[in-house]
Amino acid sequence: MSVSLDSAKDSVAPSRRGFLVTVSAAGALFGLSAPADAADSYGPTLWYDIDRTGIVTVHIVRAEMGQHVGTAIARIVADELEADWSKVKIDHVDSDPKWGLMVTGGSWSVWQSYPQYSQAGAAGRIALIEAGAKLLGVPAADCIARNGAVVAGKRSVSFGDIVAKGDLSRKFTEAELGKLPMKPVAERRLIGKPAQARDIPGKTNGQGLYGLDAKVPGMVYARPKLPPTRYGSKVTAIDETAAKAVPGYIRAIALEDPSGTVPGWVMVYADSFVAADRAVEALKVTWATPAAAKVSEADLQARARALIADKASGSTAVEDPGVDAAFAAAKSTLERTYTTTTALHFQMEPVNALAFEKDGKFEIHTGNQWQSLVLPWLAQALGRKEETIVLRTYLLGGGFGRRLNGDYAVGAALASKAIGGKPVKMVMTRADDSRFDSPRSPSVQVVKMAFGEAGRVTAMDHAACAGWPTLAMAPFFMPKGANGAAYDPFAISGANHWYNVGAQRVRAIGNDLANETFRPGWLRSVGPGWTNWAVESFMDEAALAAGVDPLEFRLRMLDATGRNAGSAPNAVGGAKRQAAVLKRLAAKAGWGKPRPKNTGLGLATTFGQERDMPTWTACAARVNVNPATGAVKVEKLTLVTDAGTIVSPDGALAQVEGAALWGMSLALFEGTAFENGQVKDTNLDGYTPLRMGDVPDLDIEFVPSTEAPVGLGEPATTVVGPAIGNAIFRAVGARVRDLPIRSAAVKAAMKG
Amino acid sequence: MTTFRLNGREVTVKGPDDAPLLWAIRDEAGLTGTKFGCGIGQCGACTVHIDGEAVRSCSVPTGAVAGRAVTTIEGLGGEHVLQKAWIETQAPQCGYCQSGQIMQAAALLKTTPHPTDAEIDAAMGGNLCRCMAYVRIKKAIKLAAGQGARA
Repeated sequence: MSVSLDSAKDSVAPSRRGFLVTVSAAGALFGLSAPADAADSYGPTLWYDIDRTGIVTVHIVRAEMGQHVGTAIARIVADELEADWSKVKIDHVDSDPKWGLMVTGGSWSVWQSYPQYSQAGAAGRIALIEAGAKLLGVPAADCIARNGAVVAGKRSVSFGDIVAKGDLSRKFTEAELGKLPMKPVAERRLIGKPAQARDIPGKTNGQGLYGLDAKVPGMVYARPKLPPTRYGSKVTAIDETAAKAVPGYIRAIALEDPSGTVPGWVMVYADSFVAADRAVEALKVTWATPAAAKVSEADLQARARALIADKASGSTAVEDPGVDAAFAAAKSTLERTYTTTTALHFQMEPVNALAFEKDGKFEIHTGNQWQSLVLPWLAQALGRKEETIVLRTYLLGGGFGRRLNGDYAVGAALASKAIGGKPVKMVMTRADDSRFDSPRSPSVQVVKMAFGEAGRVTAMDHAACAGWPTLAMAPFFMPKGANGAAYDPFAISGANHWYNVGAQRVRAIGNDLANETFRPGWLRSVGPGWTNWAVESFMDEAALAAGVDPLEFRLRMLDATGRNAGSAPNAVGGAKRQAAVLKRLAAKAGWGKPRPKNTGLGLATTFGQERDMPTWTACAARVNVNPATGAVKVEKLTLVTDAGTIVSPDGALAQVEGAALWGMSLALFEGTAFENGQVKDTNLDGYTPLRMGDVPDLDIEFVPSTEAPVGLGEPATTVVGPAIGNAIFRAVGARVRDLPIRSAAVKAAMKG
Repeated sequence: MTTFRLNGREVTVKGPDDAPLLWAIRDEAGLTGTKFGCGIGQCGACTVHIDGEAVRSCSVPTGAVAGRAVTTIEGLGGEHVLQKAWIETQAPQCGYCQSGQIMQAAALLKTTPHPTDAEIDAAMGGNLCRCMAYVRIKKAIKLAAGQGARA
C-alpha cells in the first residue's frame, strides 16, 4: 500500500507523546498521570504501580473480550520488571484522558503494547535495582532483580520494601525509555511460557461482570423501538395506547440526538426489562422513511458492479507504473469476479449500556472496544464536555469488532438525559442487535492478471467495492491513494499482498449505497475477510491458467524482492516468512499426496491484517464434497502461523483455534442478505453459526521466532474460506466465487 | 408472583408468571451468572437446571417453576469438577456462553457419566459459543468425565 497507517496511528499512540517520565516514590509519575497515594505506591510509568506489599498492579487499556489480553500484557511488564507473577494484578481501567488512545481492535493489542510495557518494565527494574542496592549497601552493579526482589548474593530486599523504604528518584526521558536495555531472549521467564489466564476463573462461576450485569439502585429499564432504517427515518407519530396496557410500562420518548448516532430511535421505559420488551412490541410508532428502506442485497451488489466498471471511481491504494501497458502486452490475461454477502457479528451479549448522571459526571457502564471513538459522540449527543463523561469498563460478551461502534452507549446516555440523568439500563434484544448490527458489508471484487512469456506473471489489477466502516465512523483514519482520493484502509488491506506480481494496481471503492443503507462494521479482520477470499481463490485459478501447481505458483511470487523484502521492526524478512509458513504447511498437511474421490486439499496464505504488522499465515483445508448435493464437509484444517514472539502460547493457540473456526463458519454456515433496507436474519432461527458437531480436526502450529510480536486475534479468520474454496475445486472441479459457499452453488459449479 | 427454590434457597419473585424465568433470576433474584443471548432458546447462554434437567430459562415462564428447584451456575459452587476442568483447559474466551455450557455439560454427565464424542456433540449442539472455543469445551467435558463427574 503506498500510504501507510503509521502516521494516523502515531498521532494518537500514547507511546509517542513527548513527556517526561519521573520515577519517584513521592508519586510524581508521568506528567499526564494523576499522582497515586504518594507514600503507598510507586508507579515508574503510567502503566503500573507497585505498592508497599509488593503487589504490582498493571493498568490495561484494552477491553477483555476473550483474548485474555490483561494476562498477556501484564506478563510483558512482569518479565522485564522481574516481578513475582503471583503478586501481579490486572486492572482493566475506566476511560480517562490520561490513558491516551483506548481501542481494542485490529489485532493490535499485544503488538502495540509490547514496546511500551516492556520499556515500562525495564525502567522499573533499573530504578528498583538502584534503590535496592542502596538499601543493601552494595553497588547496583552487584545486584540483579529476580522474582519481585533485588538480590545481591545471598541478601535481598523485596520490591515492596524498596517502595516503602527506598529512594526511588531516578528520572527517564521518553528518549531514554526507548533506549533502555531489554533482557536477552534467553533471560525471559514469563514471555513464551505457559500461564493460567487470570480472567478465566470468573468466567466459569458466574462472577465475571459483563455490561449486561451492570446495575445501580433505582435504575429503570429501556429497550429502543428501532426505526426502519439506520439513517434518515423521522418519527411522525407515537401511539402509546397498547403500550400503556403493559404492566410496568412508564413512557416512550423519541430521542433527540445532536450527534446523529441514533436518529429515529424511540426509547421505551419500564420498571423491568420484560415490561420494556413487551411495551416495545405494543407501542406503535410511525416514521417517515428514506429510500434506503427499499434497498436489497442485489441492489448493493449491482451498485458495487457499476462502481467497479467506472474506472474513475475509488482510490488507487496501490498504483505501480506500467499496469495498463503490461495488460496490453500480455500473452494472456485472466479476469475473475468474487462476491461476499452480508455477515453479522452475532456476539452473544446483545449490545446494552447503563447510563446516569452522578456528581456532575455522566457515567456509562458498558463493554466497549473503542472508548476514544465514542466519547466525542457522547459529548456531542449529551451537549457536555468529554471530560465530564466516563465509560466504566466491563467484560465484553464478545466483541469481534461490533463494540468498536459504541452507538448503543449513545442511545442509553440519551435515554438517561431525557429523564433528567436518572439511571437507565438499556438492553437490546437479539433481533434489535442484529437489525442494527454494523454488519460486514457485501462486497464485489474484480481481479485481473496479465501473463507474459512462459506463464510469467507481469501485472495484477484488483478492484474491490464494499461499504466502508471507517468512512462511516472514523474518517480521520483514512489515508489517500495515489490519485488523491481517500480510502478505508481496513476495507482493502489484503489486496496489497506480498506477492511479486510485476506492475500492481489496487483500487479501493466505497459502496455509497451500502453506507447510505446501513452502518458498515469492522467485523473480525474487516476487509481481509473479502480481499483474501478473492486473492487466494484467484491464485489457484491463475495457477491453473498458467499450468503451474498452486503451491509452486505462490512460492515463485513470494520472492521477497522490492517492497516485499520486509523491514524492521515488524516485517523483518518480508515475503520470505510467508513463503516459509506456506512451505511448512504444505509439508505438514501432505500437499501433493493422493486423496480419495471427492476429497480435496486446498491451500491459502495471507499476511493477516496489515502490511505494517504482518502475521504470516497459511491454511490447508481438507474437504469432502457430496457430488449428489454439493454439500461440503470440512474434515481437517491445518494452520501454520508466524506471529513473531508468542507472548502467551496457550492464549495464542486459543485465538487461532477460534479464528479458524470463525473463518470456517463465515465460509459455510453464516451470511444473510439485505431486504427492504434491513438484514433478513435477526436470530438463530435464520442465522446459523457453526456448532460443536461441525468442528473438524484442527492442527495448528506456530513458527518459533524472536521477532516482534504481531497480532493473532484475526489473521486465521480470513485464510480458511479460500482454502476451503480451493479444496472444493480440487475435490470435484467446482469453482465457487461467492462467500458463503452454499451447497447449491457447489452443485451448480460442478455441472458447469 | 412465584415461589421456588433457587440454589437451595426459597425465593419469591414478583414479576408476572408469564415472564421468562431468565429475567426473574437475573433482575429479581440478582444472580447474573445466567446470561441472555437469543431469547428464543437456541443459544443456550441462559441454561439452568430445573429439578436437575437442563432447560433454557429464557423460554420457561416463571410460573412454571413454582415449588420446583432451580439451579444456576452460582449453585454449582465453583468447585464442581466441570468448573475445575474448564479452568484447567482454559476453555473460556469471552466467557459469556460458559455458564450455559457448564450447566448443559453438568446435566449431560449426570445421565451419561462417560459420554462419547458423538454424545457430547449431541448434548452440546444447542449451546452456541460465538468465540468458537468448542475444542476446549469438549476437552474439558472429557477431562471432567475422566475424573468421575457428579453433577
